[in-house]
Amino acid sequence: MNVIVTVLSLAITSSVALLLASLGEMINQRAGIFNLGCEGIMSMGAFLGMLLPYAIGHGQATSQVYNVLGLLSATVMGALLGMFFGLVVITFRAPQGIAGIGLQMFGTGAAGTLFRHFVGGTQSIPGITTPPIPLLSRIPVIGPIFFSQNILVYVAFLLVPLSGYVLFKTPWGLAVRAVGTHPRAADSIGINVTRIRYQSLAVGGALAGLAGAYLSLCQAKMFSDSIVSGRGFIAVALVYFGHWQPVKIMWGALLFSLAQTFQTVIQSYGINFPYEFAVMLPYVLVIVVLAFDRESQRLGPTSLGIPFNREIRT
Amino acid sequence: MTNQFKILYKICIVLLAVLATMAMGAVILIAIGAPVMKTYAVIIFQPLQNIGLISEVLIRTIPLTIIALGIAVAYRSGIINIGAEGQMAMGILATTAVALAVPTLPKVILLPLVLLAGIAGGALWGAIPGLLKAKLQVSELLSTVMLNYIAEQFYTFCLRKPMLDPAEMTTGSGTPQSMRLTKNIWLTRFIPGTRLHTGIFIAIGFAILIYLLLWKTPFGYKMRAAGSSERAARYGGINVAKYLVIAMLFSGGFAGLAGAVEICGVHHRAIQGITSGYGFSGIVVALFGGLHPAGIIPAAFFFGLLLVGGNMTQNAVGVPANMVQVLQGVIILVIVATQMVLSNAYLMERVWKKTRRKEVAA
Amino acid sequence: MDPNTKITSLRMEHITKRFPGVLASDDISLSVGEGEVLALVGENGAGKTTLMNILMGLYQPDEGKMFINEKEVHFHSPNDAFAAGLGMVHQQYMLVPNMTVTENIALGYKKAWKGWKLDMKMVRDRIEEVSQTYGLAVDPDAFVWQLSVGEQQRVELVKTLCLGARFLILDEPTSALTPQETDELIVLLRKMTANLSIIFISHKLQEVSDLSDKVTILRHGAVVFNGNTKEHSSAEIASLMTGREIIMPENKETECSNIHALEIQHVNARSDRGYLALNDLNLTIHSGEIVGLAGVSGNGQRELAEVINGLRPVESGTITFFGKDITNKSTEEIIKEGMGYIPEERNTEGIVPPFSLKENFILKDSTAKRFTNGIFQNRASIAQNATTLKKDFDIRCPNTDTAAGTLSGGNIQKVILAREITRKPKFLVAVYPIRGLDLGAAQFIHEQLLAKRKEGLGILLISEELDEILALSDRVAVIFKGHIQQVLPRADADSRKLGMLMAGV
Repeated sequence: MNVIVTVLSLAITSSVALLLASLGEMINQRAGIFNLGCEGIMSMGAFLGMLLPYAIGHGQATSQVYNVLGLLSATVMGALLGMFFGLVVITFRAPQGIAGIGLQMFGTGAAGTLFRHFVGGTQSIPGITTPPIPLLSRIPVIGPIFFSQNILVYVAFLLVPLSGYVLFKTPWGLAVRAVGTHPRAADSIGINVTRIRYQSLAVGGALAGLAGAYLSLCQAKMFSDSIVSGRGFIAVALVYFGHWQPVKIMWGALLFSLAQTFQTVIQSYGINFPYEFAVMLPYVLVIVVLAFDRESQRLGPTSLGIPFNREIRT
Repeated sequence: MTNQFKILYKICIVLLAVLATMAMGAVILIAIGAPVMKTYAVIIFQPLQNIGLISEVLIRTIPLTIIALGIAVAYRSGIINIGAEGQMAMGILATTAVALAVPTLPKVILLPLVLLAGIAGGALWGAIPGLLKAKLQVSELLSTVMLNYIAEQFYTFCLRKPMLDPAEMTTGSGTPQSMRLTKNIWLTRFIPGTRLHTGIFIAIGFAILIYLLLWKTPFGYKMRAAGSSERAARYGGINVAKYLVIAMLFSGGFAGLAGAVEICGVHHRAIQGITSGYGFSGIVVALFGGLHPAGIIPAAFFFGLLLVGGNMTQNAVGVPANMVQVLQGVIILVIVATQMVLSNAYLMERVWKKTRRKEVAA
Repeated sequence: MDPNTKITSLRMEHITKRFPGVLASDDISLSVGEGEVLALVGENGAGKTTLMNILMGLYQPDEGKMFINEKEVHFHSPNDAFAAGLGMVHQQYMLVPNMTVTENIALGYKKAWKGWKLDMKMVRDRIEEVSQTYGLAVDPDAFVWQLSVGEQQRVELVKTLCLGARFLILDEPTSALTPQETDELIVLLRKMTANLSIIFISHKLQEVSDLSDKVTILRHGAVVFNGNTKEHSSAEIASLMTGREIIMPENKETECSNIHALEIQHVNARSDRGYLALNDLNLTIHSGEIVGLAGVSGNGQRELAEVINGLRPVESGTITFFGKDITNKSTEEIIKEGMGYIPEERNTEGIVPPFSLKENFILKDSTAKRFTNGIFQNRASIAQNATTLKKDFDIRCPNTDTAAGTLSGGNIQKVILAREITRKPKFLVAVYPIRGLDLGAAQFIHEQLLAKRKEGLGILLISEELDEILALSDRVAVIFKGHIQQVLPRADADSRKLGMLMAGV
């Protein structure tokens, strides 16, 4: 029982980065743009998240203000990087797949460069920890799993219904969905396709940055080159898997993070099983899911990946 | 519009692109307080100082060329291969396995055999995303990236367990690597005092092969048609799915070959970190080289320069080697954006009209 | 502008617009008065849609002015045009398929945009109001993909009226309608002129004379004529459109062979969305015969062309080609058997746009002996082939190395036609062969088709233009919901009868 509690609790904790990045990616994909650079934005976010707390505290505990500033700086940089990506794929109309890889290399390389210069080595920080919710966390089994989590975990799961509301009930969400499915129709009715797409990339990038900061501030409580290790790409895959809907994406994030926790369980319980195969599991799962869920291809925003050009005569 | 204007216009665009690249790289350099122009100078010029350094550049040019050729074949056939890292790793494993299995075969047989094994290893790993796309329409962008991570783990496992150097086991130092492989597979280092090996001829040979294949044969014609317009090719009776898989076999095989060549020419054993970014660098080289063998070879040299120079910046100007990845990312972004600008006839007309108005007014 | 002011006059004066290498609008002036209907007429590529896009604020004119109710206006975006009371129904409907009617209208109904909340009730009330006033009933909760083409058009009309249009622009409003639906629309529009003025774009001269008060004719981007419709005959207008007397070729033959070239029996096939696109379809075509397939677009025409050419799986039934079973064979095999195909989308299905003319001509023959030299391509014979075809088919472009995608629509179609015909096929499937082409190119293509028919080539002609079908076919088949309703000999076919069959009656 103890094992299961530990595993489930861990699964929720480590699903947050995936969930945040994936919800962000859902928004910009709904507007018609897929951003493979999500991984690079997360790297930058991870670095910025821990930069300020480390700079001030050098590994010792500091005022929570710096942690919050760390989160904010990561989020803002994420939005900026998202819009920078927009410059390349919206204004210049470059192909989104390759451009995404370019952004990923830029972000990961920049994070690594800046980290080695300003921090270096393997410095850990106290990060963000929140006390368990009183009373609720004492409930056997459910308590430790659901109510003893970091505050950002609750924020992330709150974003699930919130993002659904924004996408399906607000005017902006309506415009986003129209722009991703039939940008020409949206354009002809007076919606600024370019502006909506930039905004959606800003939102997507901001959430990716926040997700990265979560990794360094809350989950690993440090930064290293391999801190993101493919989560950004998995987040993009999750959007397909979740059929561009918040709740399904949430379940996907939980499923994949469960697969990721296998590795930790094996190592901490000393099971004699090559840990590399456990580490492989989430990536294999992505491929399996993509292979068998071909339906999702048809459900996606029709204009996903296609640059919008008013001048082109159909 | 005069031809003179067209050429001038395109040169200006390219110059602006170069400036944009340097400016974006400068953003990071300034953030870490490094001297911008000096850093660029170190990267580009320091590796050219002596024969030894130039040979190091050439050594990196070899795998970059081979991988980029494979990526170009795939790209022109309509599939973007981001999985060269993993395919290279699998090629290395196959090469090492064969070399460990039959080390006593004479060089004349063993060397081609292990190179073929490398090609096969990479090709099989590349066939997976190819088949996934052809049969199940799975986007290769995601599947190749995932396979990279999977291959990375499998590679580490093999070096830690089944292929571990027996010497490591006894000394207990635990470095995951295979034992030194038989001299029968070593590619000759033909310039004394350097590590430059005969793999360079393999690279050039394959460049010529790819040129002939893609542009001079009906087979290559069909691949290019499938990549340029998948629908029209299908309507024209070309079996696009078949060529997709073949393209990935080529692409993966080339990455695997690059891995085999690295083992046989440079490291002589399988160690961690051989692939270290070659797979991604290969993509940039392919794009930079215009997806054509004639452009890929000089592009590969340029990026070899970048890699060697990038290693020197930490000592010279205090810039971490990760800066190379930053520059590669920037270059990709600038290249794809520039390609769109260059192919925008509307923009060229507008600029032409503006210049003419200035002349009339003057 | 006050939402209740009528638009009593609209003028465009000396409008000029240039695109790269093309003068799309050349000093165009026109005017429309209160309650008037103006027909904007011209061949494909004459500049009609561009002009209306300028009026709607999608493009900015390089020169010229526009006046509404005698006040000058500048539109920098469609929003400006909406605010001024203009509304446009485009040829291809601007509706988001997986959203409801209400959501589609809410997209433009900015009054209902209240920060974080979308006031759907306000939108519904407005839809109800407009429906009542104009007699246009729509189901607000229906998803657009569920609606028929005629119903979608009604939604588009309601949409423009909800957004406050007092002036309507309609681009080819009847192109996707049956003859009966067309009549209904004309009656409706006439009623609406009590409240609005209308400009409609058309190349169908019958409706021009039925509906319009005035007519403006464009040719190559310039106005060649401006006048009252009643004073001019259709023939006059037609010749003004093209600038010369174009007589479209007609099939006057009565004989054709008895050889069954293509036999389609009880074929069922699914569309991309999964529903049954071809439903127990039966059709036989002989050598030396042209069978025209009439039908409202979206009733299975595309799927039929695809199953014949091996591009879509056949669930049940058989297709026999000169006695050989070709059901579900690969496209490559079917091409080898002698099937020719002029596909619907010339740019994406007929040619490889970045490839040169030379390379496009050998698309289906790249491994043929005459174009190869061992394992290599025979550059000389490929170049020779291209030069010959360019000359014989009068394809206008700098040289045979030009990228095919840069050619005009008519020339691209000629490239495809040249390639298909000179391969000496035993049968040809031609889908919308003259769609979007000027009359000169159209005439050329029809002449070629009739010539080949005389040589014994069987042709399946799929088209939306009843005129084309009636002019060329020996027999006319009508397709409705994937089933052949009836096959009539040319003598018995007229547009009334065909119209009823096309609507499923």
